[in-house]
Amino acid sequence: MIQAKGIVKSFGENHVLKGIDVDFIQGQTNLIIGRSGSGKTVFLKTILGLFEPDQGTIHYGDEVLGEMTKARRKTLRQEIGMVFQGGALFDSMTVAENIRFPLEMFAAMTEQEKDERVKFVMDRVRLEGAADKFPSEISGGMQKRVAIGRAISMNPKYLFCDEPNSGLDPETAIVIDQLIQELTHEFNMTTIVNTHDMNSVLEIGDHVIFMKEGHKVWEGTNSEVLGSTNADVEDYVFKSKLFKQVRQAFRK
Amino acid sequence: MITNFFEGMGAYVLLMTKVFRRPDRWRLFMRALVQEIRLLGLDSISIVVILSVFMGAVVTIQTAFQLSDDPLIPTYYIAMATRESITLEFSPTVVSLILAGKVGSNIASSLGTMRVSEQIDALEIMGVNSASFLILPKVAALVLFNPVLIILSLFLGLWGGAMAGDLLGLVPFQESIMGYRLEYIVFENAIYGLIKATAFAFIIGSVSAYSGYSVKGGAVEVGIASTNAVVRSCLAIILANYLLTDLILTS
Repeated sequence: MIQAKGIVKSFGENHVLKGIDVDFIQGQTNLIIGRSGSGKTVFLKTILGLFEPDQGTIHYGDEVLGEMTKARRKTLRQEIGMVFQGGALFDSMTVAENIRFPLEMFAAMTEQEKDERVKFVMDRVRLEGAADKFPSEISGGMQKRVAIGRAISMNPKYLFCDEPNSGLDPETAIVIDQLIQELTHEFNMTTIVNTHDMNSVLEIGDHVIFMKEGHKVWEGTNSEVLGSTNADVEDYVFKSKLFKQVRQAFRK
Repeated sequence: MITNFFEGMGAYVLLMTKVFRRPDRWRLFMRALVQEIRLLGLDSISIVVILSVFMGAVVTIQTAFQLSDDPLIPTYYIAMATRESITLEFSPTVVSLILAGKVGSNIASSLGTMRVSEQIDALEIMGVNSASFLILPKVAALVLFNPVLIILSLFLGLWGGAMAGDLLGLVPFQESIMGYRLEYIVFENAIYGLIKATAFAFIIGSVSAYSGYSVKGGAVEVGIASTNAVVRSCLAIILANYLLTDLILTS
């Protein structure tokens, strides 16, 4: 489990996070949603330790991130998998080399064990036959699957995804969402997904946190989102005609 | 502007303290080093060959033009003056300036692209020292291979000068060889050139890497960083050239 307690973060006069308390639950996909500028990305980077909070603490299990030694922080990084918005694949490496990279850097494994782990991960994220291709030679959906594969290759405890569906068609987006949720449940990871995509919220939102102007204004499950009477959530979720119709159907 | 300069210098020094750390995995470092030697060094041989041969030829013609009017000056002195120009200045400095354009822009654009596409963030989140992992092999490859390129340039420059002198009837080939060997002092010529080549290689690698690694923004900023890398490297080489010349030749 990851806990954020009273997180405050400012950049000069720009107060981005204004005291956020959230428990991210292990074995569930925790989704952070909110408008652009609501502080989602800063919050995610603060949880990752890329930004130091001005006030408050981040807890990884029983440990406080800010109190960890440099060596412990380094090992913690190896317990974290990250899927970036654009994939952030190493474009000079093949698909298999991208997935193998964290193993080469950190794993105390024989070459055979690494080969087996790469094969297992590639099968798990359904990338059979793409091992020797470069990121520029595969589709956006496959690139996201490679990014997920690389993120889980070290068998992480924590998985972070920043806008994993951006730039994907709706069908591929659902496949990626389902893959993230399957892996979360299968490996019992604490997964945090930063997204704008309401389809993702409804599809995989085991635990949904809604942020507005640096505050957490609502949290619940994906099924509770549709029934929420919180004005901010309604305003955000039911902007589109499609979701207005979904709400009407849901209320009937 | 002055504040920006000192802020930039501070950021450069801080980056270098991150770069010069023991690699996490020596095997990956050696693999990257070999790749960088190929990319930054071996792929630069053709431009060094062309540049050096023609540079030697032009220096010989220019020197002959200045000295050939005086019948009291032996023609092999033209070759000797050519040798001094090439070994002391042209090969180490001009070739390094050209490489700053070719290699510097390559380093800055590749690192800048990795920065804006979040590949560097991905490394950092994995717990990899991205500065050391990405920059150290490039700087090491240049520092190891630039002297090799400069030695190649020295020989080709002198050969180009001798050929041009012979073909144009300015200095017979044998007299060029005689002039090249006349009063040759190893330290003042070759070693001095190699010290400069090594220093310039470090400047090209580190300054260009700093420009690329510190990019913020998108494709436009990567282009600007690439230009900045070349301009900053060239200015730093010119300044270092003056300081090294003063330090080595006058001390």
